[in-house]
Amino acid sequence: MIEIGLGHYLTLAAIIFTIGIIGIFLNRKNVIIILMSIELILLAANINLVSFSIYLQNIVGQVFTMFILTVAAAEAAVGLAIIVIYYKNKGSIDVEHIDSLKG
Amino acid sequence: MEYAIVLLPLLGSIVSGFFGKKLGAKVCQILTSSFVSISAILSLFIFYKVFVQDYSSNKLIFNWISSGDFHVNWSIQIDPLTSVMLVIVSLISSIIHFYSIGYMSHDPHKPRFMSYLSLFTFAMFTLVSADNFLQLYFGWEGVGLCSYLLIGFWFKKPSANAAAIKAFIVNRVGDFGFAIGIFLIFFFYGTVNYNEVFQQTPLLLQKEIIFLGIEFNLITLICLLLFFGAMGKSAQILLHTWLPDAMEGPTPVSALIHAATMVTAGVFLVVRCSPIFEYSQTALNVVAIVGMITAFFAASVALVQNDIKKIVAYSTCSQLGYMFFAAGVGAYHVAIFHLFTHAFFKALLFLGSGCVIHSFNEEQDIRSMGGVWKKIPYTYALMIIGTLALTGFPFLSGYYSKDAIIEFAYLKGNTVGYYAASVGIFTALLTAMYSWRLIFKTFHGKYNNKKNNLNSIQESPLIMLIPSCLLAIGAIITGILFKEMFIGFDTQFWNNSILFLQTIQHDHPPTWLLVLTPLIVIVTIPTAYYLFVKNERILKNFVLKNQLLYNFLINKWYFDDLYNFIFVEPIKKIGLFFWRRGDINTIDRYGPDGLSRLVKIISDKAVNFQSGYLYHYAFVMLIGFSILLTYLILY
Repeated sequence: MIEIGLGHYLTLAAIIFTIGIIGIFLNRKNVIIILMSIELILLAANINLVSFSIYLQNIVGQVFTMFILTVAAAEAAVGLAIIVIYYKNKGSIDVEHIDSLKG
Repeated sequence: MEYAIVLLPLLGSIVSGFFGKKLGAKVCQILTSSFVSISAILSLFIFYKVFVQDYSSNKLIFNWISSGDFHVNWSIQIDPLTSVMLVIVSLISSIIHFYSIGYMSHDPHKPRFMSYLSLFTFAMFTLVSADNFLQLYFGWEGVGLCSYLLIGFWFKKPSANAAAIKAFIVNRVGDFGFAIGIFLIFFFYGTVNYNEVFQQTPLLLQKEIIFLGIEFNLITLICLLLFFGAMGKSAQILLHTWLPDAMEGPTPVSALIHAATMVTAGVFLVVRCSPIFEYSQTALNVVAIVGMITAFFAASVALVQNDIKKIVAYSTCSQLGYMFFAAGVGAYHVAIFHLFTHAFFKALLFLGSGCVIHSFNEEQDIRSMGGVWKKIPYTYALMIIGTLALTGFPFLSGYYSKDAIIEFAYLKGNTVGYYAASVGIFTALLTAMYSWRLIFKTFHGKYNNKKNNLNSIQESPLIMLIPSCLLAIGAIITGILFKEMFIGFDTQFWNNSILFLQTIQHDHPPTWLLVLTPLIVIVTIPTAYYLFVKNERILKNFVLKNQLLYNFLINKWYFDDLYNFIFVEPIKKIGLFFWRRGDINTIDRYGPDGLSRLVKIISDKAVNFQSGYLYHYAFVMLIGFSILLTYLILY
C-alpha cells in the first residue's frame, strides 16, 4: 500500500497545471475552453495551497483557497459575460478569428 | 586718399549688389561708374605725386592676422610699380563701366553686372597694393572669383557656365603652385611681407632643398612655383586653354579682365618679385622661354581663328608672352611698359569688337561680316587705331613697347636673349598678319551676313563710342608720352620697386634691328589686303595644300584635345567609377540605404510578432514569467 504523501499531491497539481497551460495554447477552437483552462490552473494552485496547509499544519493555506475559489467564481462570471457580449457583436467566439490586436 | 581708391569700388559693389533691385538699374550704373571714376582720378593724382615727388607710403587698413611670429597686415602700399598698376586698373575699369551701360542696355541683370565689375576692380586694387604675399594671394583669388562670376554672367548659356568652370579650374592648377611658393617663402623666411622677404633673399642663395625627390636651389624653386601661378593667371602656354573660352562672357568683361587687367597680374607678380627672380638665372630663363613659346604659339593660332573675340583673345595671350619674355631677359620695366600700353590698345580692340558685335546683332564669326566700313566708320576707325597700336605701327604705343622688348632681348646678349629677339620679330609679323586679317575680313570685301540686312547695320550708341575714343587716345599717346619715364636710359622713376642686379645695357641696338620690325609691320598691311581681300584664291590653295598645318592651327595645336584625353576623360572615368562603385554601390548600399533596409527587415519581422492571437500573447507572457522565475530561484 503506497502512502499518499505531499509529493503525490504536488505532482497531481503540476499535472493539472500543465494540462491547463497546454489547454490555452493548443486550443484553436473557442474561448470557453481557454476560460476552463484558466480555471484548471487556479485549481492546481488550490491543490498546492491545501496540501501545503495540511503538511505544515497551517490553516492559512486553506483560507487562501477559499479566497481563490471566490475570485475564480467571480472571474468566470465576468469572463462568461464578456464572451456573451463578444458573441453578440461578432457572431463567433472562434479563437482563430479573434486577432484584432494584429499589428 | 588711398583708402578711397581701394574702398570706393567695394562700396559701389556692395550697394549695387545688395540694393540693386530697390535702387534700379540706372542708379546702380551711375553710382558704380562714378565711384570707380573717382578712384581713377585719385589714382592719377597719386601717380603724379609718385612721379614728381617720389611719393611713397604704406597705409594700414587693419591687422589681418597676428599669430605668434606671423604678422600680416591688410594695407595699401604705394610705390611706383603700384601706382602704375593703379592707374591702369582704375582708368580702364572706369572706362569699361561707362561702356557697359551701353553694351548691357538690353540685359535684365544690370545691377548684378555692375556689382561684379566693381568688385573685380576692388580685388584688383587689393592685389596690386599688397605689401605681403598673403594679401596678394587674396586679391589674386578675388579677381579669379570675379572672373568666374563674369564669364558665367549669362548663366543660362551652358557654354558660358562651362567656360567659367574651366577658367576657374585651370587657374586653380596655377594657384596651387603659387600657394606652395608662398608656403615655401613662409617656411624658410618666416615672414610673407615683401620688404623682409626681399631683404633676406641674398642670404638664402646657397640653400638647396629636396622637392619631389629632386634637389633644387631654394630661390629657383620659389621663383618657379610663383611663376607657375603667374602662368595660370596670365594664360601662358600649358595653362592658357581657359582664356579663349572665357570669351563666352560679355565683351566689356573680356576687355577689362581678360585683356587689360587680371591676366596681367601674372606679369605684375613676376615684376613685383624681381628682387627674388633676379637671383635665379634658371627661373628667369624659364620665364623667358615660356613667354616666347606662348607669344609664338598664340599668334600662330590667332592666324586661323574665325571668332572675332577669340582672335583678340589669342592676341592677348601672345602679348602676355611678350611681357613675360621681357621680364625673363631682365627688362622688368619694359614688361610693365608693354603691360601699360597693351592695356589701352587691347581694351580698345575688345571694345571695338564689342561695337562690331553689337552692330551685327550678336554675330561673332568674321566670315559672316565684311564690307561694312562705310556703315560704321567710327567703329572702323577705332579698330584701325587699335590694330595699328597692337602691331607696332611707328609712333603708336605698341611700337615703343614691343620694339623695346625686342631690343632689350637682343641687347641681353645671351642665347636666350637672341632666341627671344628672333621669336619676337617673327611673332610681330604673325601679329600684323592676324590683326589685319581681322580688320579686312570684318570691314572689307563682300558683305557676307545672311541674317541681317546690310542696311540694318548701325553705328553703336555714343555711350559705347566715347569710352572707346578715350582708349583710342590712350592707345595713340601713351607710347610717346611715357616712354622716357618708363624705359628711358636714366629713368629714376622705378626707384626701389624693381631690382636690377645687372645694370641695364645702355648701348643702342644695331640700326637694322630698329628698322626691321616697323618695316615688317608696314609691309604686312598691303600684303594682308592682297591676300584677304583682293585675291583670296592664293590663300585657299595654300590651305588646301597644307591641310595638315591648317588643321593643327585651327585646332589650337590640339591642346584642348590633348588635355581632354590626358586629364578630362580619365578624371571623368575615375569620377564615374567612384560614383557608381564607391558611392552608389558601397556607401549608399551599406550606409544609409543598407541601414534603412535593415530597419525595414527587422520591423517586418517584429510585425509578424504581433499576431493578434490571444494565446500567442499568453504564451510569451508565460515564457517570460518562467524565465524570471527560473532566474529568481537559481540566484
